[in-house]
Amino acid sequence: MAHVDLTIVWAGIIGFAVFAYVVMDGFDLGIGILFPIFSVGEERDQAMNSIAPVWDGNETWLVLGGGGLFAAFPLAYAIILPATYPLMIAMLLGLVFRGVAFEFRWRDPRHRPFWDIAFSLGSVTAAFAQGVTLGAILQGIEVRGDAYAGGWLDWLSPFSLLTGVAVVFGYALLGATWLIWKTELRCQQRARHLALPVGVATLIALAAVSAATPFLQYDYWHRWFALPGVLLTAQVPLLVVICAGTFLWSLRRDAERLPFFMALALFLLGFVGLGISMFPYVVPRAVTIWDAAAPAQSQSFMLIGSVIIIPIILAYTGWAYWVFRGKAGTEGYH
Amino acid sequence: MIANFDPVTLARAQFAFTISYHFIFPSFSIGLASYLMVLEGLWLKTGNGVYANLYRYWLKIFAVVFGMGVVSGVVMSYQFGTNWSAFSTKAGPIVGPLMAYEVLTAFFLEAGFLGVMLFGISRVGKGLHFFATCMVALGTLISATWIISVNSWMQTPAGYAINVKGQFVPAGSWLPIIFTASFPYRLVHTVIASYLTTAMAVGAVGAWHLLKDPANRGARKMFSMAMWMAAIVAPIQILAGDQHGLNTLEHQPAKVLAMEGDYEPSPDGAPLILFGLPSNDEGRVRYEVAVPHIGSLILKHDPHAPLPGLKDYPRDIWPPAPIIFWSFRIMVALGFAMLGLGLWSLLARARGKLYDWRWLKRAAILMGPSGFVAVIAGWVTTEVGRQPFTIYGLLRTAQSHSPIGAPAVAVSLLAFVIVYFTAFGAGIFYLLRLMSKPPLAGEPEPQPIPQRAAGITPAASVAAHLPGEA
Repeated sequence: MAHVDLTIVWAGIIGFAVFAYVVMDGFDLGIGILFPIFSVGEERDQAMNSIAPVWDGNETWLVLGGGGLFAAFPLAYAIILPATYPLMIAMLLGLVFRGVAFEFRWRDPRHRPFWDIAFSLGSVTAAFAQGVTLGAILQGIEVRGDAYAGGWLDWLSPFSLLTGVAVVFGYALLGATWLIWKTELRCQQRARHLALPVGVATLIALAAVSAATPFLQYDYWHRWFALPGVLLTAQVPLLVVICAGTFLWSLRRDAERLPFFMALALFLLGFVGLGISMFPYVVPRAVTIWDAAAPAQSQSFMLIGSVIIIPIILAYTGWAYWVFRGKAGTEGYH
Repeated sequence: MIANFDPVTLARAQFAFTISYHFIFPSFSIGLASYLMVLEGLWLKTGNGVYANLYRYWLKIFAVVFGMGVVSGVVMSYQFGTNWSAFSTKAGPIVGPLMAYEVLTAFFLEAGFLGVMLFGISRVGKGLHFFATCMVALGTLISATWIISVNSWMQTPAGYAINVKGQFVPAGSWLPIIFTASFPYRLVHTVIASYLTTAMAVGAVGAWHLLKDPANRGARKMFSMAMWMAAIVAPIQILAGDQHGLNTLEHQPAKVLAMEGDYEPSPDGAPLILFGLPSNDEGRVRYEVAVPHIGSLILKHDPHAPLPGLKDYPRDIWPPAPIIFWSFRIMVALGFAMLGLGLWSLLARARGKLYDWRWLKRAAILMGPSGFVAVIAGWVTTEVGRQPFTIYGLLRTAQSHSPIGAPAVAVSLLAFVIVYFTAFGAGIFYLLRLMSKPPLAGEPEPQPIPQRAAGITPAASVAAHLPGEA
C-alpha cells in the first residue's frame, strides 16, 4: 500500500463519480432540456416514466462528487465552490425544481403544465450552470493564500458560456438517445428526429471547445501538441471522429441502443480530453491534486470503505436498472 | 436592509433556512420509511388487507416527502463549500470522510432501492419488494447516524490533531472521531424524534378521518398504531432528552446555562425559570418566573447541587440565550404534550373508547404538526447553542465563512427563500391534499401491492388527464 499514491487513487475515484454523474444525470437532464418539444400527454409521460425510477440514484453521484471532493480534496472544494458561487446556487435551485416536478406533475394534473415548465427550466439551468462551471475551472481561478481571491463574476467569459452551451447540447444528446432506447411509438420517433440535430450541435460545440482550450492562457497547447505526447493525445480526436461516424450511421439504421452508447463514448472521450488538459491540477495552474489533498489518514479511511462499497453500489444500481429494463410504459407512472 | 448585514450573518441565515426546511423532510421520511416497513411486514405476515391499503396510502405520501428531502439535501452538501469554505478547508479532512461515508452507505442505498419500492412491486415479487422497503428504511437510519456523527463532532470534538496548514486532521484512530461524547445521546434523541414526529402526523391523519367516519378500518388502524407510539415512545424520548441534557451540561455547560437562563452561579441549587426574557446584554432574565431548586433537580438530579452561571464563563463564548431559552421550552412543552396525548389514548383504550372519544381525536389532530415544530426547535437549541463556534471551542463561526461578499450571499438567500416557498410550499400543499383523502375502506386485498399503475397515481386519474389536457 505504501507505494500507491492515494491522492492519484482518489483523483481517479472522484473522476469516476463525476463521470458517472455526468452521463447518468446527463440523460435525465437532457430529457428535461428536450421536454418542451415533446407533445403533452403520451410522449411526455413516457419520457418521464423512463427515468422516474432511477433519477434519484443518478443524482446521488453528484453528492458523491461534491462530498468526495470535500473529503479527499478539501482545499479544491473550498476554492472552486466560492469561485463559482452563483453557478452553484443556480444549479442547486434548478435541481430543486426539476426534482420535485417528478412527483408534483402527477399529483396535480391541473398545474401539470407549470411543473412541466419547472422540470424543463430547472434541467436547462442545472445543465448550463454545470457547463459554465467546467469552463470556469478550465480558464483558471484566482487563488491567494489557499483561498479564492477573485470576484463573484470572474467565471463569466465567452469560453465558459461556450462550455455551458456545449454541456446543454451534450445532455440533450444523451437524453434523446436514451429515449430512442427506452421508449416506443411517437415518443421514440420524436427522439429519433431530435437526436440528429442535437448530435451535430454537440459535435460542433465539442470541436469549438477543443479548439479554444489550447488557446487559454495556460500551457494546454503543449499538453496536446508537443512531441512525443501528441502521438497519444491525437488518439482522442481520432476516436471522436470514429464515434461520431458510428453515431450517425446508427441513427440512419434506426438502431435502438447504439446511438446511446455512442453518445456515452463521446462523453467519455471528452472527459479523457479534460483529464489530459488538467492533470495533475485540480484548479489549473494554481492547485495540484497533491496541494489540495486531505491527509493520508483521511484518504485511506475512505478508501477502505469505497473499495468495498462502490462495487456493491454498482451492483444494486445495475439491478435496479435491470428491474426496469425494456420500454417504459405509457400508462401513467410505472 | 441588506447593507446592514455582514456576510457571516447572511451565510448563517442561509444555512439556517436551508437546513431547517430540509430537516422537516428527513425527520418525516425516517419515521415513515420504518412505518412502511412495519406495514408491509405485517401484511406479509398476516395477509390482512388493511395493512396493504395503509402501505399504499402512506407510500404516496412518502414519495412526495422523500423527493423533497433529496433535492433539499443536495443543496446542503454544497452549502459547506459555497458559504463556509474556510470551515471546509479546515475541517474537511475530518468531517468530509464522515459525510462521504453517508453518501456511500446511505444515500445510494436509499436511492437505489427507492425506485423498486415505489414502482417495482409487479416486477420483483413480494419478498424482494419487502427487501427493497427494508433497505430504504435502513438507508434513512444509516444516513441519520453519519450526519449526527458529523454534527456531534462539531459539538464535542475529539480525536483530532492540527496540522501545519491549520487543518483538523485525525490524530490516530477514527473511532473517537465517529463516536464522540455527545454522539450516542444525540443519535438516540434525534431518531426517536423522527419516529414521534411521524407518529403525530399519522395519528392526526387517522383522527381526522375517524371524526368523519369512525368505521374506516384504515383510519382506525393507523390511529391506533400512532397512539401506541405516542404512549410508548414519548416517555422514552423524555428520558433520552434528560440524559442528553446531562451530557450537554458536562461538555457544553455554557449552552445549557443559556438554555436555562442561568446567568448567575447558584451555589445552593439553581431555580427552574418557567418564563422570562433573557438578555445577554444585561446579563439577566427580565420578568423572571422561577421555581427554586427545580433547575438543579433536573440537571443534577439533586435540588441543592450547585450549578455555575454564564458569568463564570468569558462573555465572548456565551450563546444567544434569548433564542435557545425559548426554543428549548417549546421543544420540552411539545414533548410533554405528546406524552399527555399518549396517556390519554391509553385511558381511552383501557375503557374501549379509543375510536369514540371525539376530544381525543381533536387533540390528536391539533398535535399533528407538533413533531415538526419540536424537531426544528430542538435543532435550533443545539445549533444556536453551539455558537459562537462552528467547531465547539476550537473554530469560531466568524472565521469559518467563504470570501463571498454580502450582496452575493443576500441574493442567493433571497433566491432560496423564493424557490423553497414555491416548490416546497406546493409540495406541502400536495401532502395535505393526499392526507385529506381517506384510506380506502374494505378494498379487496391488492394483488400484488401496489398495483403497477395504481401504486402511486391511480391509472384512472392519469388516464383522465392524458391527451387533450393542456
